[in-house]
Amino acid sequence: MATKSPNVNLVNLSKADYRGAPTTLCQGCGHNSITSQLITACYELSLTPEDIVKFSGIGCSSKAPTYFLDRAFGFNGLHGRMPSLATGTMFADTTLTGIGMSGDGDSASIGMGQFKHVMRRNLPLVYIIANNGVYGLTKGQFSATAEEGLALKGQGQNQYMPIDIVWEAVISNATFVARSFAGDPKQVRELLKAALNHRGIAVLDIISPCVTFNNQDDSHHSYAWGREHEVALHDLSYVPVAEEIMVDYEDGEAKEVTMHDGSRIMLRKVDNDYDPTDRSSILCMLEDANRRQELLTGLIYIDTNQESLFDLYNLPDEPLNRLTPDRIRPSRESLDEINALMF
Amino acid sequence: MSTDPSQTSNRTFVQPVVNEFSITVGTENGSGSQTSNVTLLRAFFKMGIPISGKNLFPSNIQGLPTWYTIRVNKDGYIARSETTEIVIAMNPKTFARDLALVEPGGVFFYADDVKQPINRDDITVYPMPVKKLSKESDAPSNLRSYVANFVYVGVLAQMLDIDADKIYQALDFHFKGKQKPIDLNFNIVKSAMVWAAENLEKTDPYRVVPMDATSGHIMTSGNTAGALGSIYGGVQFTGWYPITPATGVAEAISQYSPKLRKDPETGKHTFAVVQAEDELAAVGMAIGAGWGGLRSMTSTSGPGISLMTEYVSLAYFAEIPVVIWNVQRMGPSTGLPTRTSQGDINLSYFLGQGDTKHVVLLPGSANECFRFGWEAFDLAEQFQTPVLVLSDLDLGMNQWMTPPFEYPDKPIDRGKVLWEDDLDKLEDWGRYLDIDGDSIPYRTVPGNRHPKSGYFTRGTGHDDYANYSEEPDQWEKNMDRLNRKFELARAAIPDAEITSVEGAKVGLIAFGSTDPAIREAQDHMRADGFEVDYLRLRALPVNDTVREFIRTHERVYVIEMNRDGQLHQILTVEVPDCAMSLISIPHNDGLPMTAAWIENAILNKERN
Ligand SMILES: Cc1ncc(C[n+]2csc(CCOP(=O)(O)OP(=O)(O)O)c2C)c(N)n1
Ligand code: SF4
Ligand SMILES: [Mg+2]
Repeated sequence: MATKSPNVNLVNLSKADYRGAPTTLCQGCGHNSITSQLITACYELSLTPEDIVKFSGIGCSSKAPTYFLDRAFGFNGLHGRMPSLATGTMFADTTLTGIGMSGDGDSASIGMGQFKHVMRRNLPLVYIIANNGVYGLTKGQFSATAEEGLALKGQGQNQYMPIDIVWEAVISNATFVARSFAGDPKQVRELLKAALNHRGIAVLDIISPCVTFNNQDDSHHSYAWGREHEVALHDLSYVPVAEEIMVDYEDGEAKEVTMHDGSRIMLRKVDNDYDPTDRSSILCMLEDANRRQELLTGLIYIDTNQESLFDLYNLPDEPLNRLTPDRIRPSRESLDEINALMF
Repeated sequence: MSTDPSQTSNRTFVQPVVNEFSITVGTENGSGSQTSNVTLLRAFFKMGIPISGKNLFPSNIQGLPTWYTIRVNKDGYIARSETTEIVIAMNPKTFARDLALVEPGGVFFYADDVKQPINRDDITVYPMPVKKLSKESDAPSNLRSYVANFVYVGVLAQMLDIDADKIYQALDFHFKGKQKPIDLNFNIVKSAMVWAAENLEKTDPYRVVPMDATSGHIMTSGNTAGALGSIYGGVQFTGWYPITPATGVAEAISQYSPKLRKDPETGKHTFAVVQAEDELAAVGMAIGAGWGGLRSMTSTSGPGISLMTEYVSLAYFAEIPVVIWNVQRMGPSTGLPTRTSQGDINLSYFLGQGDTKHVVLLPGSANECFRFGWEAFDLAEQFQTPVLVLSDLDLGMNQWMTPPFEYPDKPIDRGKVLWEDDLDKLEDWGRYLDIDGDSIPYRTVPGNRHPKSGYFTRGTGHDDYANYSEEPDQWEKNMDRLNRKFELARAAIPDAEITSVEGAKVGLIAFGSTDPAIREAQDHMRADGFEVDYLRLRALPVNDTVREFIRTHERVYVIEMNRDGQLHQILTVEVPDCAMSLISIPHNDGLPMTAAWIENAILNKERN
C-alpha cells in the first residue's frame, strides 16, 4: 500500500505544483513575499490549481501572477481594469476561485472606479493590493497611498493626503476587508486562506515594500516602519472545515467567525476586544491608529451573509461556458412568435 | 388671413395625390407626441402602404422642439424626404418655422389655441380645436396635454381617410391590450374625427387608399433587431453602459432574454447582463467573458467606443472574441447626441494602439441588424478577435418596415475551443501555436480542468505557448499571423450586395442606413436616363467583390454620412490601383440622407 508522502497535500500535489515562473521582481520586493505566502496558502488548503483563475492589472505587483500557480489560467489585463475583466470571466464558470492581483497605483489611482464598483457588486474574488506607496514599474513616482510629506528621490515631497484602501473598501460595501504586512508572512498566509474561502469580494491591502524606490526607514511603506509600527488586531488562524481546532482557547480569549462553507477564522485577542463584524467602529479605529502612527493589521471587516454577485443571477448549475449550442439558441418557433409580436 | 376652413382654399379642384406625401409633426420634446406619431405610422403600415418614420429630436428630456416625419410612399421609397407636403403645428415656439416648411400646394394643420399670423396663400390651412377637445375628453387633467396629441391623429384620419380600425390596432399594440389607455386615446381620435367631419371641408389633394405593399413585413427598430439577433446568436454575457442611441440594444436584450433564454428544463437563465460603471468596465467585462468562453458583447456609441479603445486593442493582440455594437451619433459628448451619423467608420475599423484592424459589419436594414446580431458571434469566435457592428441612430432608434427576422441559416460556430477530451487527444498544444496552418490557433478557456489547459494571457509579446517573450522574431511572427488571420476573414465576412443595370459605367458605393436613399436616387437617375450600379458594402475589410466592382466602373461615387469621406479613404488604400476612379461625396448634417441630395451631388460632379 502506497503511503502518503509527507510532501504532498490532500489532492496529492507538492508545493512545486503551485509555483510559477521564476520571479523577475527585485530581490527583497514585498510582492515576492506575498507570492510565496499565496503558494503556501493554496498548497495548505489543498486547492486544485485548475480550479483557480488569476487576474491582474499593470505594475510590478500585477506581474506577480506569472510567479505563482503556473497551472491556473491567468490574464494580465490593463492598468486599473482588472476588476471588470475578472467580473466577466467569473460569469463563465462560477465554480472557479478568482485571485486578483493589483497595486496601489493600479487600484487607488487609475483603477479607483473599478475598485469601488467591484466592491458593491460583491464579486467572489480575492482582491490583493500589494501596497508600496509608490509606482514601482514606472520607477518611483508617488502613488495615491503615499503619506503626506513623503520625500522620494527625484520626486520631491508628496503634498497630498493619502487614500486609505481599507476605508475605501469598507465604505463601498466590501464584505471582507483586511490589512496586512508583507513582513508578517504568517498573518498574510492565514488571511489569504480565509479570503480564498470567502463567498464575495475579499480585499487584502498588504503593505508590500518596494525595496528599490520606497524603503527608507521613515517611509510608511518600508520594512523597517512596518516592523516597528505594526499592531496586529488579533492573532489570526484559519481553520478549514475538515480540521479540528488544535489549540485550546480560554473563554473569551478568542473570537470565532464562521465562514459560508462552515470553516472558521479564529481571532485570538492580542490587546483590545475587536469585533470585525461591526462596521460602525472602523473609522474611529483607523483614525486612532493613524494618530498613534500605528500600522493596524488583521481582519478589519467581515460579513458572511451578504449575497454574492452570482446569487443575484438565476444561473444554471452547469458553468455557462459549457452550455452546448442548442441550449443557447432559442427555437425556430419562438422566432415566429417574435415576428408576430413586431406589429 | 382667415382661418375659416371654408375660405382657406381659393384653388379649384386638384388631382388627388394618393399614398405619396410626407408629414412633419412639430411638437415639444417630452409632450408625449411619440405615441401618437408611432400610432399614425403603424396605422398607415396596417393599411398596407409603405412608410418610414423618423424622430428628429433634440438632446433634451422635456421642452425643446422636436419633429417627427412620416413618409408615405406607394412605390416603397422610405428614405427621408426633403420636402414635406403636410405639416402639423402643435408647438407655438416653432409655428412660423413649421408654416414655412409646407411645400406649395401642401397642407397646414395647427392647434387653434396658437394665435400667430398665417401669411401663406399657396397652401391649405386647417385649424384643430386641440385644447377644447382634450378638455371635453374623459382624460384626467394630468393626462390632458398628453392625449391632446391624439386630436391631430383624429383630424388627420378624417382628412386623409386613414382607417380608424387600423388606428385602434396600433393603439392596442402600443398599450399591449390595456383597455383603459386604449379607450382613452381612441375616444379622442373618434371625437376629433367627428369634429373634422362636421367642421372642415376638404380642399387639399392628399389622401390614403389601402394597398397590399406591407404584408409579409414587420415593424421594428435596428436596436431591437440587433438585440434579438444577438439572443438568437446565443449571447451569454452583455456588459453595457447607457448612451443614446445605443441604449436600446442592451435594454432589449434585458427585456427579451428572460423569456427566450430561460432553460426549459431547469428554468435557469443562460445569459447574464451587467450594467457597468462606465464603458471601460463594460468592455472589460465583455472581454473577460469572451476570454472565459462566453459569447459576449457590449453596445455603445462613439464616446463609449473611445473609452473602450485600450481593451479592444488588447483583445485584438491577445485574440479574444467579443462583439461590440457601435450605434453611431454625431461627434463628441456632447456633439449632436440625438442626430445620426456614419462618422465612426475609421475609428471602428482601426480601433486600438499599435497595428490594429478589425472586422466591421455594416447592417443596412433592421432585418440585417438581426442577422448580423448572430453572425457577429460566429465570426468573432471563428477568428478569435473583436468584431464591431456599425449601426447608427437612424437605423437603431427609428421604426422601420422590414422583412421578418429569419432564423439563422447556419449552426452556431464556436470556433476552435478545446476541452478536456480534446487535450487528451492532442500531442502538442500551445495557445498561439498554428496547428492547422491557417493562422488560427486553438484556445482553451478557464474552467477547463485539464492540467495542460491553463495558460497566461498578456498584451506583451508571447511565444506560441503563451510564454512571455520580447524576441523581435517572435513578435513579428505573431503579428504576421494576426495579419494572415485578417486576410482570411475577407472571404468569410458578409459579401457586398450589388444592384446593377445594363451598361452602367458609373458605380455607387454606400453602406448602412443610407440604403433606401441610394436606391431611390438610383431609380430616379435611371428615369432621367442616367444609369448607375450600386454596391452596398456589408462589411469591412473589402473583398474581391468590392475590388472587382471598383475596377469595372469608370467612376465610383462613395456616399457616406460624415465630413471626411472615411470609407472613401479606406477604399483608396485598399484598392490603390483604382484610387483615381473613386470620388468621395460625403455629407453629414445630422439628418438622415435623402435621395434628392445624392442625385444633386452626383449630377453636379458629373457635369464638372
Ligand atoms: C493606461 C496606462 N497608463 C500608464 C501606464 C504605465 N504604468 C505602468 S505600471 C504603473 C504604475 C503601477 O503602480 P502600482 O500599481 O502601484 O504597481 P507597483 O509597480 O508599485 O507594484 C503605470 C503608471 C500603463 N501601463 N497604462
Ligand atoms: S521596483 Fe519596487 S515594486 Fe518593482 S519589483 Fe522592484 S522592489 Fe518590487
Ligand atoms: Mg505600487
